[in-house]
Amino acid sequence: MAKIVLDRLAEQFVAGEITETGSQHGNEWARVNPAHWRGVAQFLRDDPVTALNMFIDLTCVDRLGRTPRFDVVLHLYSVDKKHRVRLLAGLPEDDPSVDSVVGLWPGANWFEREAFDLYGVRFLDHPDLRRILMYPEFVGHPLRKDFPKEGRQPLLRRFPGSVDEEPAP
Amino acid sequence: MNDHAPSPTSRRVVMGFGDAANLPEDDELPTESMPLNMGPSHPAMHGTVRMVLEVEGEKVRTVDVQIGFLHRCFEKEAENATWTQIFPYTDRLNYVSPMLCNVGYALAVEKLLDIDDKIPERAQFIRVIVGEISRLTDHLTCLAASAMELAAFTVFFYLMKAREWLWELLEEVSGARLTHSYVRIGGVVADLTDDFCPKLRDILGRCRAAIADVDKMLTSNRIFRDRMDGIGIITRDDAIGWGLTGPVGRSAGLAYDVRKDHPYLVYDRFDFDVPVGSVGDNFDRYAVRLEEMRQSMRILEQAMDRLPAGPILLDDARVALPPKREVYNTIESMIAHFKLIMDGIVVPPGEIYSFTEGGNGELGFYIVSDGTGRPWKCRVRPPCFANTAVLNKILPGLFIADIVPTFGMINMIGGECDR
Repeated sequence: MAKIVLDRLAEQFVAGEITETGSQHGNEWARVNPAHWRGVAQFLRDDPVTALNMFIDLTCVDRLGRTPRFDVVLHLYSVDKKHRVRLLAGLPEDDPSVDSVVGLWPGANWFEREAFDLYGVRFLDHPDLRRILMYPEFVGHPLRKDFPKEGRQPLLRRFPGSVDEEPAP
Repeated sequence: MNDHAPSPTSRRVVMGFGDAANLPEDDELPTESMPLNMGPSHPAMHGTVRMVLEVEGEKVRTVDVQIGFLHRCFEKEAENATWTQIFPYTDRLNYVSPMLCNVGYALAVEKLLDIDDKIPERAQFIRVIVGEISRLTDHLTCLAASAMELAAFTVFFYLMKAREWLWELLEEVSGARLTHSYVRIGGVVADLTDDFCPKLRDILGRCRAAIADVDKMLTSNRIFRDRMDGIGIITRDDAIGWGLTGPVGRSAGLAYDVRKDHPYLVYDRFDFDVPVGSVGDNFDRYAVRLEEMRQSMRILEQAMDRLPAGPILLDDARVALPPKREVYNTIESMIAHFKLIMDGIVVPPGEIYSFTEGGNGELGFYIVSDGTGRPWKCRVRPPCFANTAVLNKILPGLFIADIVPTFGMINMIGGECDR
């Protein structure tokens, strides 16, 4: 159904910008070079053929063991054409950062904050990038696969010399 | 204003600024901005949320809505649970409409398993029925709590009573009043009780009467209208840019309902309408919810009329537990049961974004499977996360008292927003 979106992307962008496309279980997806993340998203929003004007979801996947390690995942929907697409961009482990799309869709603000909070992905030019679900004093990014699933991190003010539980990595 | 009351110019109160005569005519009382904390524990913040306001007198200048107080690591827990063990967690997402979350998650996994078109028809009908009952309880709760916060306590009792009838019925079916865990991958866990349909018809009749009463009490009530009309206006463009769906998006004029636009289960066989607002204010959100309840009841009645007989669970040893009688008497079923419980259903590798119409809008599940018995990632796209975020835009400029109905009509559910 959203085949025309992938065709349109193939028309407009060279292979270095859109690295891979595919379709699975009725979902069309395209893998984007992170350097062109915002540009591709803007094109899909403004192009009259794709008209993917509605922001649906933005999240991140930690594919531990793969290079690049992280995928930032954006879902868009077209209110008029009733099709949708998933954009993915691989981000390296040592510097997981990508352009923010808050300027295109204000609704992306909280979703990008959540991805930053839980995965440690940084969104460049985000107006207010701080934790949203966890508290500001929290150490680590809990949805990373190497973050332990058990353990405690009590909300304590750590004074020098005080005996606290070890913070999680 | 009464005729004999003094005109505003003849009597004025001035605070420490010398003669009233020296003040310009249109000058307001001087104010300076003040930070104000609302919540996280505040009677009107019925979802544990904190708002850091900067107010000038009674007017809100800036607002920072802070969520996360109910964060329970849904995704991290889901990554370490088998596919079936996740159902109880989904109950606790939107805890006033757990069935809708159950159904949304089950559909996503079934699409990954490529069995979504093989689910028995009766199971699909049952899912529609329990889902629409859940939508009713969701909207009833939202309207009841919001009306109570505007001091309409009678409305609260009328609607809570109706919600209780529905929950008692769901308790009969699932065994739990609130956290049902009733849906399974491949169908539902138990059939409807024998007298389910007559009972539901009776309850719907009483619900209709309660909703009609509430309609009369609120819709043309001057106090209610003054608090709701023109407050917290959301435009259609806002709805698109902020990803607003469900009653909030529809009240803003965005006629998007997953049940109509991308029908799932058997929704395409029912005759129902999607109410859409024209102004996008609090009153539209109230009116849209009220009408949606009537439409849900229409769906329920049609679904009961056409409820087919047949199995309620897919007959597939890869996903469904074998009947207990066989588990205890045959070695094959015993092994199948053991494998399904211990290893979990094996879902082939893949990724899916599956979406349904939850109580608050598009409830999406983005699931990544690596081919094992546990999901690699199980992401929920919570509708009220997006809906709550828009408060940052619509609250500035309103009065402090307007926060209460606006927040109520956005209907933030902490369990779903914070996960």
